[in-house]
Amino acid sequence: MPGPASVDHNSYPDSYIREILRNVRSIAMVGASATWNRPSNFAMKYLLKKGFKVIPVNPNAAVKKICGETVFPDLSSLSGTVDMVDIFRPAEDAPELVEEAIKIGAKVFWMQLEIRHAEAAKRAEEAGLQVVMDRCPKIEYARLTGELGWNGINTGVISNRRKRL
Amino acid sequence: MKQLHPEYGFNTLAVHSGTAPDPTTGARSFPIYQTTAYVFDDADHAASLFNLQEPGFIYSRLTNPTVAALEEKLATLEGGRGGTVTSSGHAAETLALFPLMAPGMEVIVADKLYGGTINLMGKSYRKFGWNAVFVDTDNPEAFRKAVTEKTRAIFIENLANPGGVVVDLEAIAKVADEAGVPLVVDNTMATPFLCQPFEWGADLVVHSTTKFLSGQGNAVGGVVIDSGKFPWLGNSKFPSLSTPSPEYNGLTFAETFGDLAYTMYSHAISLRDLGCTQSPMNAWITLNGIETLPLRMERHCSNGLAVAKFLEKQANVEWVSHAGLESSPYFELGKKYLPEGTGSVFTFGVKGGYESGLKMLESVELFSHVANIGDTRSLILHPASTTHRQLTEEQRIAAGAGPEVIRLSIGIECVEDIISDLDQALNCL
Repeated sequence: MPGPASVDHNSYPDSYIREILRNVRSIAMVGASATWNRPSNFAMKYLLKKGFKVIPVNPNAAVKKICGETVFPDLSSLSGTVDMVDIFRPAEDAPELVEEAIKIGAKVFWMQLEIRHAEAAKRAEEAGLQVVMDRCPKIEYARLTGELGWNGINTGVISNRRKRL
Repeated sequence: MKQLHPEYGFNTLAVHSGTAPDPTTGARSFPIYQTTAYVFDDADHAASLFNLQEPGFIYSRLTNPTVAALEEKLATLEGGRGGTVTSSGHAAETLALFPLMAPGMEVIVADKLYGGTINLMGKSYRKFGWNAVFVDTDNPEAFRKAVTEKTRAIFIENLANPGGVVVDLEAIAKVADEAGVPLVVDNTMATPFLCQPFEWGADLVVHSTTKFLSGQGNAVGGVVIDSGKFPWLGNSKFPSLSTPSPEYNGLTFAETFGDLAYTMYSHAISLRDLGCTQSPMNAWITLNGIETLPLRMERHCSNGLAVAKFLEKQANVEWVSHAGLESSPYFELGKKYLPEGTGSVFTFGVKGGYESGLKMLESVELFSHVANIGDTRSLILHPASTTHRQLTEEQRIAAGAGPEVIRLSIGIECVEDIISDLDQALNCL
């Protein structure tokens, strides 16, 4: 595997994404929505179904549970560490969230579709985290397992074996 | 040729993409999933599928595993993000424009096209309130001048039917880009083996898969492939993709699906409503055909050029329109866009006009007289009396289908046998 410093954030090799999704078990999802038809809500639901532990992070005190999981107001309130921090937040929030992710000992900092922040990525990588930006873990999981091909999407996966992640 | 995959080349992808071993049985030839519906795990699973919140199969009008394998293979070979397979090439043209057009809107269309497409766009689309504005294929400036506030797409054929015409893709892509509308390219005659329009700036590609892709004249079908590059998000010209869809709980395709938006819309709305789905059987035939596409295209092209060179020397032949001939006005464009070969469908003019054209058809013994192209068999047609007969005389001449014109689709038989058949038929005139 290439070290974090050599990652091209415009074009991730499948092996990089696959390694992250295989190693990560717990995900803190910052900006998870309690509204059932928002992308963050059904992305969370999908990842839970695939066996990930997903912890919703949302500062709205009125929201107690999302997809049956207890909501935390911010990353520093989490009781333990998580493997990955996944952010559904505007790019300008990324630098602050990277600092919190480093503080809680996360190993991966993931920014959702349309979210890019080169400085935040550099900071996270310097602290030893792996970084993904402008991607969705739900879409990447579905792509690498071949599920995305069910909708006619080009997954880029060529395999001589039965499909699995 | 653009690199389509980090590890594998075109011929490998033609064989392997989209068709990994079946997850349940390990079947190596991709199975034909001949089913209409798919069981839901529970009510919540069903709801997630209907809400487009989880990948999965509901009903074969929208998606089917065998059809999806073909979609992925075609999207891969064109270097696109996703594909939507349809019941025919015509269905693909309508499906391609469906997310873009609305009553009163315009599509700028090249005038050198398959006759059926001229009818579809020039006449039938008027019933939807879609206005096709035809312009000179050979003049990118004509496309630029036709752009208005109502333009929503530009549509051209790469290697235009009935043959021998190479379109200046890059120049027309520039016009589309400046107009802020997608360029839709019908790549049926070239196939992605000879030319990949996305490399030159096209946004959407359509095919009649009936032709060289399936390759043996036995399965009608079509496809729309999206490059994933067009900026739909927040684009007020294309509300289908950039504003909330009430039937999907206010989901905005461009926001939720990013570069998958067009392909998701094409299944969840266009195929759902228009219903022009391909059968799993046809998809399976086409999947098998594509595995040998590179081999067949090499032979189609070499045979085609040899036949064109033969015809050019015959006394009964007025002219030959094949972009691989140095006499062709399209020779330089052909070298640029189709360096591996300019296809095997082309036209020539016989001396003696309409009557000689018909006589030629009746004299061939190996060529089949059919309204199709891109078969392993060599095919012959007189467009003025068949594919282009529903057009006006003026339209026929503009489309390259005048009274003396014969269209050939050269097959993969022994080239000397093909030439010998044409030779004896020309001697009958």
